[in-house]
Amino acid sequence: MISFLAIVRQTVRLELRAGGGAAVALIFFLAVVTAVPFGVGPDLKLLARIGPAILWVAALLAALLGLDRLFGADREDGSLDLIIVSGEPLALYALGRAVGHWLATGLPIVVAAPILGLLLNLDPPAMGAVALTLLAGSPALTLIGTVGAALTAGLPRGGLLIAILVLPLTVPVLIFGVSATSGALSDPEPFLAPFLFLCACSLAALALAPFVAAAALRLALE
Amino acid sequence: MPSLTSLANPTRFLALSGAILPWAAAAAALLFAIGLVMALVTSPPDYQQGDSVRIMYVHVPSVTLAMGCYTAMAISALGTLVWRHPLADVSAKAAAPLGAAFTFLGLVTGAIWGKPMWGTWWVWDARLTSFLVLLIMYLGLMALWRAFDDPARAGRIAAVLILVGFINIPIIKFSVDWWNTLHQPASILRLGGPSIHSSMLWPLFVMMAAFAALFVWAWLAAMRAEIYRRRVRTAELVAAHPTALEPRTA
Repeated sequence: MISFLAIVRQTVRLELRAGGGAAVALIFFLAVVTAVPFGVGPDLKLLARIGPAILWVAALLAALLGLDRLFGADREDGSLDLIIVSGEPLALYALGRAVGHWLATGLPIVVAAPILGLLLNLDPPAMGAVALTLLAGSPALTLIGTVGAALTAGLPRGGLLIAILVLPLTVPVLIFGVSATSGALSDPEPFLAPFLFLCACSLAALALAPFVAAAALRLALE
Repeated sequence: MPSLTSLANPTRFLALSGAILPWAAAAAALLFAIGLVMALVTSPPDYQQGDSVRIMYVHVPSVTLAMGCYTAMAISALGTLVWRHPLADVSAKAAAPLGAAFTFLGLVTGAIWGKPMWGTWWVWDARLTSFLVLLIMYLGLMALWRAFDDPARAGRIAAVLILVGFINIPIIKFSVDWWNTLHQPASILRLGGPSIHSSMLWPLFVMMAAFAALFVWAWLAAMRAEIYRRRVRTAELVAAHPTALEPRTA
């Protein structure tokens, strides 16, 4: 447990300091959201309607960023080998990295999403709905991304490959996240059912992803 | 009938698959000859859809094989990770491009069928979208295999991803029941028997058998090619570094 907390703390610290990915992910999130109105035009009504989906897609893309450094640095300097021979559960290590990564990049995006909602002409209930669904769903994005990072840990340049491998697996999270958001805003669509599915995605990923990532790390280092 | 374990020896597998190959090719050719005549000539046009219903005889076998191929890859992945069967990752790797091809064929024929029936090439409904996701997963897996230079290690890593991605197969299968979408629900494998008349069901079955025979032929041929490719690679490694293949302690 102590080693788990140490890994979480170390991950957060590494990502927040110079050269870490936390600030980059946040700026990337801002950049993607900014790019969309240039593409679809500055129609505020349209932006308000598709705003929650834009924020969700941008959050998904930002969650893919920096995943290749999650285990890459530990593999290069040999600490991953030491962690494997240390006898500590490898799944706990993978979970620690995932939690730290989420605290450093996922949580700031959840906090920033309502503020960026201002740019997209979202009204306050929509901002709250986006923040709530992102809070429930972004752990699943990070955890699925952790599996992708572990699968490509043995590769010198796995960055782009991770994105291709992870994106299809995150589609259900995106579907439930966006449908829960629109359910919270318009009456005929249900909110609770997709929201609970979203929570289930995160919980299932929390239960399974660390073990899959640990198995993949072991294979990647053989 | 040799067991799966005895086929762990690639030479024995090459001998057996070499014997099966011409039969599978002949069966595919014969079934296609019968099936295409049944599907395109003798089967009746649909009372609503007219002759465009004949696209079904290509579309349904393609998508069935696209999903069946992923299932075969998932079983192979279990063989790689659980039983460490040395040919399991060859089988999964050989199946991936075939699965991608059948998925692509299913999407294209579906689009051609959708244009006259639904009035649009593409709709973002549950089944079509999850099938597109299946295609991306096939392509991602193929990219993952190419990224590693050691085929055995690539096979084990890919096996993990195959098993993780297997969750998509039940989602595709039941998407038409869970979501209310444009794509019609299952009409062959369902409670209460098929909802297709036998005059259309039989050509469909023959076409499915023809596609299956084609798949078996291509799969075995691709596995043989992969085995030979690995032998060439090993021979090249040995030629370059005569000590490269000495047993490692790892």
